[in-house]
Amino acid sequence: MGIESTGTIVAIGTRPGEAAIGIVKLSGDRSIFIADKIFRSKSKKKLSGIDTYNMLYGHIIDNDGHTIDEVVVTLMKKPKSYTKEDVVEINCHGGIIATTKVMELCIESGARIADPGEFTKRAFLNGRIDLSQAEAVIDLVRSKTEQSLKIAAKNLQGNVKKEIKRLKEMILNVLVQLEASVDFIEEDLEITPYQKLTKKVREIKAEMEELISDEKKGEIIKNGVKAAIIGKTNVGKSSLLNLLSKKEKAIVTSIPGTTRDAVEEILYVEGIPLILVDTAGIRKTKSAIEKIGVDRSLKHINEAELVLLVLDGNRKFEKMDLEIIKKIERKKAICCINKVDLKQNLEMERIRKYFNEKFIIKISALKGIGIRKLENKIKALIMDNGDLNLEEKIIINSRHKNILKEVSSLLDSAEKAMKEKMSEEFPSYDLKTAYGLLGEILGETTRDDILDKIFSQFCIGK
Amino acid sequence: MDYDVIVVGAGHAGCEAALASARLGLKTLVLTINVDKIALMPCNPSIGGLGKSQLVREIDAIGGQMAKTTNKTLIQIKILNIRKGPAVQALRAQIDKKEYEIEMKRVLENTKNLTLRQGTVDKILVKDGAAVGVGIESGLLFGGKAVIITTGTFLRGRIIIGEKDYPAGRMGEYPAINLTKNLIGLGFKINRFQTATPPRVDKRTVNFSKTEVQYGDKQPLSFSFWDEEKIYQSIECHLTYTNEKTHKIIAENIEQSPIKSGMVNTHGPRHCPSIDRKVINFPEKKRHPVFIEPEGTYTNEMYLQGLTTSMPVIIQQKIINTVEGLENARIIRPGYAVEYDYIIPSQLNFTLESKIIENLYFAGQINGTSGYEEAAAQGFIAGVNAALKIMNEQPLILTRDNSYIGVLIDDLLTKDLMEPYRMYTSRAEYRLVLRSDNADIRLSKFGNDIGLITNEQYKRVVKREKEIDRLISKLKASSLNPDRGNNIILEKMGTKPIDTPLSIYKLLKRPEVNISDVIDFTGDKRDNYDRIILKQVEIKIKYEGYINRQLSEIKKLESLEKYYLTRDLNYFKIVGLTYEAQEKLTKIKPNTLGQASRIAGISPADISILMLNLKGKLKARI
Repeated sequence: MGIESTGTIVAIGTRPGEAAIGIVKLSGDRSIFIADKIFRSKSKKKLSGIDTYNMLYGHIIDNDGHTIDEVVVTLMKKPKSYTKEDVVEINCHGGIIATTKVMELCIESGARIADPGEFTKRAFLNGRIDLSQAEAVIDLVRSKTEQSLKIAAKNLQGNVKKEIKRLKEMILNVLVQLEASVDFIEEDLEITPYQKLTKKVREIKAEMEELISDEKKGEIIKNGVKAAIIGKTNVGKSSLLNLLSKKEKAIVTSIPGTTRDAVEEILYVEGIPLILVDTAGIRKTKSAIEKIGVDRSLKHINEAELVLLVLDGNRKFEKMDLEIIKKIERKKAICCINKVDLKQNLEMERIRKYFNEKFIIKISALKGIGIRKLENKIKALIMDNGDLNLEEKIIINSRHKNILKEVSSLLDSAEKAMKEKMSEEFPSYDLKTAYGLLGEILGETTRDDILDKIFSQFCIGK
Repeated sequence: MDYDVIVVGAGHAGCEAALASARLGLKTLVLTINVDKIALMPCNPSIGGLGKSQLVREIDAIGGQMAKTTNKTLIQIKILNIRKGPAVQALRAQIDKKEYEIEMKRVLENTKNLTLRQGTVDKILVKDGAAVGVGIESGLLFGGKAVIITTGTFLRGRIIIGEKDYPAGRMGEYPAINLTKNLIGLGFKINRFQTATPPRVDKRTVNFSKTEVQYGDKQPLSFSFWDEEKIYQSIECHLTYTNEKTHKIIAENIEQSPIKSGMVNTHGPRHCPSIDRKVINFPEKKRHPVFIEPEGTYTNEMYLQGLTTSMPVIIQQKIINTVEGLENARIIRPGYAVEYDYIIPSQLNFTLESKIIENLYFAGQINGTSGYEEAAAQGFIAGVNAALKIMNEQPLILTRDNSYIGVLIDDLLTKDLMEPYRMYTSRAEYRLVLRSDNADIRLSKFGNDIGLITNEQYKRVVKREKEIDRLISKLKASSLNPDRGNNIILEKMGTKPIDTPLSIYKLLKRPEVNISDVIDFTGDKRDNYDRIILKQVEIKIKYEGYINRQLSEIKKLESLEKYYLTRDLNYFKIVGLTYEAQEKLTKIKPNTLGQASRIAGISPADISILMLNLKGKLKARI
């Protein structure tokens, strides 16, 4: 998608399929003209003759005079519309045929199909929203959880924008101090000493670090955390999955190797969206099909951020268990000793060699014993003992985070320059660069084709 | 045609313009209202300072005059910001004003192809949209292939002291009334600015014992790259301060200050506020500095830097007498404000030729700037380009990434002026690279290409550059062993001893180590190297990281500067641009996409739209 914001665009704004209504949206200089051409209102009024934020009832008529659909048309004149351009929304009866036909008529009358995200892009280009708000639109559309929806809605209102502007202002204040002592030496100005300015720079950096660390929480909320349940065959992995998801999903039997393929389940543990993969049990096998399952299990282990190892407390520690433990050495892992309701034969001292006591939990997946404790441990591991309460937090995205990381290293450089007592123009240069970079978050300054990258994530019609 | 180039006005812009054009071999006429007032310094008796010294050194590097005349007439020279980094250090010279005028007039009169003549220009002769000469008030007409207007504050000049005002270009001089009308008639948009100057007092009435003495530097220095550095005998300046008594008198009489009484409504320079303004704006400040600077060697007039005011003369006298050391000081000439027309400089090209009338150039204070140095830089660029155009040569366009002159002209053409424009180092985003000390290395090639810098001069610069590189390689190659002898020397230098071999280049990067300390380690003698070379090597090594960052930034942004926007572009037809952008672009008509990106209110999004919509119409420079 190139940045070419010319002409009047049209798109179907609702998901195609059977629904109560379907909306065709027009935006651009000729929206009103185009809509008037294909629409006959009951009252004989034209859109060009009514005020903004008014609606007309009537019919869409094709070139041969046939009625296509019965519609309500809404007019939002520039600049008070989503795109700051003239916008017309045609509310059709739902269904693929009617909406598609209406869109085709618009195209015949001079509109062109909108690129993905083009409506929002126009809102940005026309200065109604900044880049962080445009990104929030993407997040809003893609939200899968209530919490991520809340974050997106806040960012759409300018949460990130406000915070970045505040940080910019803070940097500017230091910059002004540095510059004054360079260019106005004979004005008898009171110069803030380096010591105070370094302190300010450190404060700004600390605030940024908080944003950066909260970003991870935002990512967890938006995208979930991948976790894998692993263990030998028939130790109760699927039962554990069922218990966590509180419903039957994977097939639970006592025949070893029943779960030949990995089962994926999205569930919430203490508010964290967990994408839980129940892997096929790992054992030495000659069966080709089962071998595939085992290979996949290993792949899932690699991709997972968190591993739940299940051991059978009823069985003795085996070589196979050790092999599995070796495979997860570098992973964040919780060791679940299952079947605590049965006689315990597992040699715990061997387990303790590989796991911290804190992350060994005795459970009974079938009886539901130890489940609360497990959930708490999962949360503690994912959040690094932090909190998932994001109500008051500003959540940035990974693009913002990468920029902030660059800014943060520039602040380090400025601090270093001041500590080495370098002349003001050097830390000043670091801070000026940092200031400009922060502008990239809001789209005030840009590099390369960042705009294209952002807007190409949109679905059509937004 | 009588002349190739006609320069109207003989101030700092006019002199540089005329000299550049005449030295390039073009028949040049200078018309001035009064031939006794050439290169007059109506305000401060100094040249250079922060940002400004870079301009003077750049003019000098390309073949201008100002630095040379400064060297000949200075009475004190010093490096400002000596404790700071090289990029924000600046030379400043106190000047004998009369000597400067006499010397500059002598240079003009002895330049081949240059004719000096008294006359007040009242009209520009225009034929087919191009300037073809000028007419003066006596009725005489002069034909010329190019006309350069450098009339400073003379256009509809109006002087204000207290409640009195009268038409004048400078104190005691006639203004140019008709030329403004003529320019408006030609379609130029004009605005008004105001500036002011402090009173001068009699040296014999100042009690210097109550002031701090400000000495010049005792090290060899030179404003010009082409003169030998030498130690100057210097005359002192003095520093004193205003106090609460001063501020009380100003506050009591503030209604009589033209800025309060309504006598002056135009914008004055914020960087050079009157003492009235300082007292109003900074009530919490108990004192403001006042520098007492000699106007010359053979005069008793002392300039009171910091006491700018255009209050009634009686009050000026009272204000002065509250200041320590000035209790009995007597005014020789009072301070005053002058209000004048300037042409809105976005009507010019990068060559300073006007967009409306071909072959008509504007330079100096008439473009809304303030300062002798800013004026001279523009005069030089206008003179060179008027000449180059007549000779059918490529224009000399300096850019933000190679010079302060480029920054100056780009700012004038691109930004809205809210006050008279003065140069600062902070205006140059690449100031770590655009230093006063390396202007010759940056720019003398341009001077050599156009013919204002001789081959011998240029060869010297190239040779020096090579020596700098050679010494840097040498310092990288030679390393220091961690033996006892070396470590004793290091400790004496106040730096940490070493336990593994260290290159001298790395040693020099330590903040506390100087080049003169380490040169002995190479086995060379300090005296084998020119001071200037040692200094360049030190700067290049010590600040390498920052300098390289800035250089790579310049490289990245170069791409936008390569896209030229044609003059006939109709921005209102480019859909997707915001209305604000369409309006601003139409008003300023930027020459390059880079310039467009620097206009306030033009967003990166606007630039993307321009780039994509105009792909076919944009011309990439070869």
